[in-house]
Amino acid sequence: MSQGTAPGTHSGRPPVDRAGRWVDRAFRTHAALVYLFLYVPIGLVVLFSFNAGDLTGELRGLSLRWYARALDDRFAMAALQNSLVVGAWTAILATSLGTIAALALLRAPRPVRAVFDAITYVAIIIPGIVIGIATLIFFVNMFGWVNPWLEYLWASAALGTPPTIRTGLHTIVAAHVVFTMAIVMILVRARLAGMDRSLTEASFDLFAPPLRTFVQVTLPQLWPAIITGALLAFTFSFDDFIIASFVAGPGQPTLPMYVFASIRRGITPEINAIASMVLGVTVTALVIVGLVYRRQARQDRTADDLERGDLAVAVPVTEEPR
Amino acid sequence: MATDGRADAAPGRWRSRVVTALLLGPTSAWYFLLLLAPLVILVAFSFGARAPEGGYAPAFQLDNYLELPTRVTAFTNTLWMAVGGTFLCLVVGYPLAYYLATRAGAKRTLLVVLVVVPFWTSFLIRTYAWLTILGNNGIPALLEGLGADDVVLLNTPPAVMLGIVYNYLPLMVFPLYVSLERLDKRLLEASKDLGAGRLATFRQVTLPLSAPGLLSGVLLVFIPIMGEYIIPAMLGGGKVFFIGNALVDLFLQSRDWPFGSAASIVLILVTLIAVSLYLWLGSRGQVRREVSIL
Repeated sequence: MSQGTAPGTHSGRPPVDRAGRWVDRAFRTHAALVYLFLYVPIGLVVLFSFNAGDLTGELRGLSLRWYARALDDRFAMAALQNSLVVGAWTAILATSLGTIAALALLRAPRPVRAVFDAITYVAIIIPGIVIGIATLIFFVNMFGWVNPWLEYLWASAALGTPPTIRTGLHTIVAAHVVFTMAIVMILVRARLAGMDRSLTEASFDLFAPPLRTFVQVTLPQLWPAIITGALLAFTFSFDDFIIASFVAGPGQPTLPMYVFASIRRGITPEINAIASMVLGVTVTALVIVGLVYRRQARQDRTADDLERGDLAVAVPVTEEPR
Repeated sequence: MATDGRADAAPGRWRSRVVTALLLGPTSAWYFLLLLAPLVILVAFSFGARAPEGGYAPAFQLDNYLELPTRVTAFTNTLWMAVGGTFLCLVVGYPLAYYLATRAGAKRTLLVVLVVVPFWTSFLIRTYAWLTILGNNGIPALLEGLGADDVVLLNTPPAVMLGIVYNYLPLMVFPLYVSLERLDKRLLEASKDLGAGRLATFRQVTLPLSAPGLLSGVLLVFIPIMGEYIIPAMLGGGKVFFIGNALVDLFLQSRDWPFGSAASIVLILVTLIAVSLYLWLGSRGQVRREVSIL
């Protein structure tokens, strides 16, 4: 690994590789500029969240007043709560459904697998906005079918006012699961494909029943993929604006919807404060997950695994589409 | 897992099939109800008419498709911005991924995580950050101090492009980094020992071997840009119009569902065609390389 170290530290190399040093310098400068590009905007958002003034453009002393304002904002907090609920349910459903499907596909006949692959591909290749539209259409049609039936049933049984099914947080979850389930499935299947078969076979040879083999041998190897899938599903769901804005119920915005609407109304440092808090929580969560992975990887010994553990959190879908 | 079905007698296999079907059931239902059936309905809607109060009225006509040329700028805008944005991400991202994979040394893990962190932060907020930077109180105000008046950055195509590169860059860097990091460094040494220069080694060894990462990076960036709404809405201010903006308008404001359905069908088709074309060109390149190696 040639770092821009002094010439001479490379033992056994021909003396001073001038061009090489320039190339190295160019790469480092480029990298530094990209990091600036990535972090200056985020840094400014955080900086202006401490603004004592009323404008996002001018910094007039530091204060926490916008944080207090944000935490007092009933609508922002309700939106935050909605987002957390939607994200958690999406993560739970997408992870369990996706993992179960990935495991079942192992023993499914080839044509079934081909069909699932094709649909998963469709779910991923279709832009999120179309998923939003498609689910909106589904729900509108379904409500059009179901609600008259409910009305009829309730009327004939004389139960009083019939319940009506409407859009709401549950419809957002349903829409988010379509896409995130596909991602979890891809991650878990990739892990299954790369798994050491001999361990499972050894377990069978030692007369372990299938369920026990699954719990003690297969599942521990799958955890990284499952956790990564869950994190991705939650993040996607928590962050999604476009699908949610199609299928959200009236008066129940998610946090991105609330933020988007307040930006439209006019920018105040309160948005910066909300953004910074979300950022802080995200970074803390990432650090915690990273540390857990690191510890687990240490227990698994090899440095190679350590690296891979970090990457498992870091890199979302790196599978080549087939 | 697969071992039990094979050895067992027919009844056991049958049972295992039922279990498999049951396990696949919920996922299939989800896919069918919320993805496949709606897509079929979307196609049906695209031939329908707009109901007077908005929404869908049954009909069979091609009017919606014939009307699409009125939105042609949204389509061409989106396509060009997606192609250009993907290309820029590649140009900016490849050297960084290469640096991280081969030259970053001990700081590597930290540096990789630093590319990752923005990806996990809110998309909306990352775009909002540029809204304030490019807005009147941001860079234009600084430039005014330097004597350049009336600089408009916000609500222009370059602003949208900047937002695209900023938001999607991490998605390009990850897969590239992974494939470059897996690259066997001995191949580079071998190329050098055989007298190949820096550029020749890059062109003939590094680039072909990072092709899988390049492929998935391009797709990961290109596909979501095709459906982009937030960036043009916030940084384009209605002056740079994507299909996504048109779709939000058609479905949520003017409630012309049939026309919106036709537009989304065409969006899916354009995306599919672009991706297939890209994959086809990519696989042709692969064949040519294999031949040249021989």
